[in-house]
Amino acid sequence: MLHKILFIMMMSFASLVASNSVYASPVETFEFQDEVTKVRFQALSKELRCPKCQNQNLADSNSPIAADLRRELYELLQQGKADSEVVDFMVARYGEFVLYRPRVSSVTYILWFGPALLILIGVIVVIIILRKKPATKENLALDRDQQEKLKQLLQENQLNPNRENPNITKEEKE
Amino acid sequence: MNKMIRFLPLVLVIALGVVLYRGLSLNPQDMPSALVGNAMPDFSLSILNDPNKTVTKADLAGDIVLLNVWATWCPTCKYEHPYLLELATDPQLKSQVTLYGVNYKDERLAAQQWLTNYKDPYQFSIFDDEGTLGLDLGVFGAPETFVIDHHGIIRKRFAGAIDIRVWRKEFEPLIKQLINEKQQGT
Repeated sequence: MLHKILFIMMMSFASLVASNSVYASPVETFEFQDEVTKVRFQALSKELRCPKCQNQNLADSNSPIAADLRRELYELLQQGKADSEVVDFMVARYGEFVLYRPRVSSVTYILWFGPALLILIGVIVVIIILRKKPATKENLALDRDQQEKLKQLLQENQLNPNRENPNITKEEKE
Repeated sequence: MNKMIRFLPLVLVIALGVVLYRGLSLNPQDMPSALVGNAMPDFSLSILNDPNKTVTKADLAGDIVLLNVWATWCPTCKYEHPYLLELATDPQLKSQVTLYGVNYKDERLAAQQWLTNYKDPYQFSIFDDEGTLGLDLGVFGAPETFVIDHHGIIRKRFAGAIDIRVWRKEFEPLIKQLINEKQQGT
């Protein structure tokens, strides 16, 4: 019974702590003035890439430089900087590279529009292929030799209706 | 024409192979610094050997400045240290290039001890224990080396150890170019 009460007390205490604007990253804990800043911090630390461990974002990485940048990010947000100012700050130092969602510029056109271009090329290729082979009567019609062969095969079949004729499939394939 | 089109997939696969093969030998850590072409950022920090002496950007005197970011916690810095000593004592180079250090996120005593043990190639080392200058320089590890020209513009950032091969390939052409630019008065 005592255990149960203790457990409930601990849980309620935990939820009380959680409702406060505290954010724990891999190594450190930040306390925010309000919920909005906390959400912005979380969003930005997911959007920004760790320059050292390149496949992780700032929120994920426990490398020293990521910890530094998280602290810097926290301080910039506490100073009341806008998201765009924070992003500019990071880009000025570490380049476009730190953005997981790079901005549209002449360098990143290929990233942004490449996939659409590839789909367009694919669609064009499909259209060309479809147009090139219209099922006209001439294509489908058999020439004289083929007619002859067909007749022969049909006759054979009539003589021997139950026999499996491997020749048919073979001939047709060719 | 129709027969040639059969080879199109083969050609495409070969082209893709060439691109991907090239990608294997590219160094993903080798990214262009956002600061190349920009002025050296301002700072005001103490020097390693004297906590009471503050230096700023103006104290980085020299036509061509090499700014080497190092730390005692960085094994690669130890590897490149002998070559930095060699660079610093090279009689011809000494007149052209001045080497400064940035002691990045380190402990003062340990760093001082390191320079006593392994000799000091730097004019002085800026003591950047908080990593603030490092942050402004876009440093994400050590060693890193910056080349700053006579206008105070960062011209190159190199991440990794400098040895004779790297020096010849990465730095020497730029140093020559900067000397030329200086002589032409641009």
